[in-house]
Amino acid sequence: MASTGMSDSAPPDPRTALALHPLDPAGRAWVDEAEARVAARSTAVRALFPAVRRHCGRDRLVEHWTADEAARAVLLLALPLDGTPLASELAGLFRHGDPAEQRAVLRALPFLDVPEEAALGFVREALRGNDSTLIEAALGPYGAARLPDAEYRQAVLKCVFYEITLDRIAGLDTRADDELARMLADFAHERVAAGRDVPQDIWPVVRAFPALATLTEKLAAETWAATPERREAAVRALKALQ
Amino acid sequence: MRIFDPHIHMNSRTTDDYEAMHAAGVRAVVEPAFWMGQPRTSPESFYDYFDALLGWEPYRAAQFGIQHFCTIALNPKEANDPRCRPVLDELPRYLAKDRVVAVGEIGYDSMTPEEGEALALQLQLAMEQGLPALVHTPHRDKATGTRRTLDVVRESGIAPELVVLDHLNELTVGMVLDSGCWAGFSIYPKTKMSEDRMVTILQEHGTERMLVNSAADWGRSDPLKTRRTADAMLAAGFDDDAVDGVMWRNPVDFYGQSGRLDLDEPKPDEESSFEGNSIRRGGA
Repeated sequence: MASTGMSDSAPPDPRTALALHPLDPAGRAWVDEAEARVAARSTAVRALFPAVRRHCGRDRLVEHWTADEAARAVLLLALPLDGTPLASELAGLFRHGDPAEQRAVLRALPFLDVPEEAALGFVREALRGNDSTLIEAALGPYGAARLPDAEYRQAVLKCVFYEITLDRIAGLDTRADDELARMLADFAHERVAAGRDVPQDIWPVVRAFPALATLTEKLAAETWAATPERREAAVRALKALQ
Repeated sequence: MRIFDPHIHMNSRTTDDYEAMHAAGVRAVVEPAFWMGQPRTSPESFYDYFDALLGWEPYRAAQFGIQHFCTIALNPKEANDPRCRPVLDELPRYLAKDRVVAVGEIGYDSMTPEEGEALALQLQLAMEQGLPALVHTPHRDKATGTRRTLDVVRESGIAPELVVLDHLNELTVGMVLDSGCWAGFSIYPKTKMSEDRMVTILQEHGTERMLVNSAADWGRSDPLKTRRTADAMLAAGFDDDAVDGVMWRNPVDFYGQSGRLDLDEPKPDEESSFEGNSIRRGGA
């Protein structure tokens, strides 16, 4: 199928991102000192992690990283912990974190030596919520590669409902399957039956799977519906689908 | 007209309220952590509440073009419940957050020793974090309670210009202004303070260090009371600059002392891993 999602290549190491796009000297000095304090005493991260944005700003450095997210990831990488103790410190940061902090934890997951079940716990908590920025961060490379099929499909459908365009989430090129295409096709039919438009970004997934034929038949039938809004929505959807 | 409501409990309000507030000129709000009507019985329910003030509520407000900040504290009523007091141990984590622009609401409710301890301790936390403090004054025995509150503020050593005493009235405004603290007024449909009485107080005491709020919450209250007070000021002969001073510049100056009042925060859509805005599809 045609490429629909974000690139599946591994995101850059946050230290590399910060080296290529340096912070201003005061911000850099603050990060260096914070990193040293966290390395010396892991609990120092609890007060430093929330303060990062005020010192480093929130400019976008590269795809995947803003300045604050990369700097927060650097602090997590400085923690002298791994395995379950690391998961426990991260759980505290995530549980008490504001959305910007939670996004930073989610984006740092590919670089941390943390048990998968703990990490997927953060991903699932973000996906249960209503904040589209967190849902998007949860469907970054880590979550997209590891969520079980049924959960991944539900998460993609949730993105469609939450107006997160599918080019912003990871894994679609490799994980889209017959069942996800069927779910998106049924969603498209539901929208047309309500006389509403269908978001354009679902079509590449539907076209690549057998759901295409079934949906085409259903939409053709909808062009004979009694209400004009429904007929017109069907005509528009069929045109977009071809 | 631009309005900054320095005290409103938006988690009790609907999106209709956000729309009406924006239409009335409200562009920024501060939501103090307080009681929710139903008593809480464990620290965990406070953390979920704080998370909502830092996460869901600013996210909701941004959809309506309103900047949302908050203050965090163990409130006076619940400071009396030993099951809630462990919240104090986790406060430093929350007070470090970007959108926390003060410690609050702290203060007295029933004038108990436990309330006094929590007040003094949280004033110390405000000083450690370099944050202002939003201090609630009791509704019962208000003048005595306000006087005692001012004593605790003085003993703490916090600079008076970092402190606002809220829910004041004709009998408490003078002592608060004399102390160097800021004076807050909650304009309510029936209780606390009305817009006309507020105008009289502004005529008598001036507009400096004065904060006017709706304190709208889950009770009988009105999120447009800031606008109604501004209109009453204009009708009474205050000019546009005086109204802007009370309704916008004063709260910006007070909470700006936190160094965290970033009124240019991006909308949630801009916090994406990609550049550019998503197109809103109108919900599901």
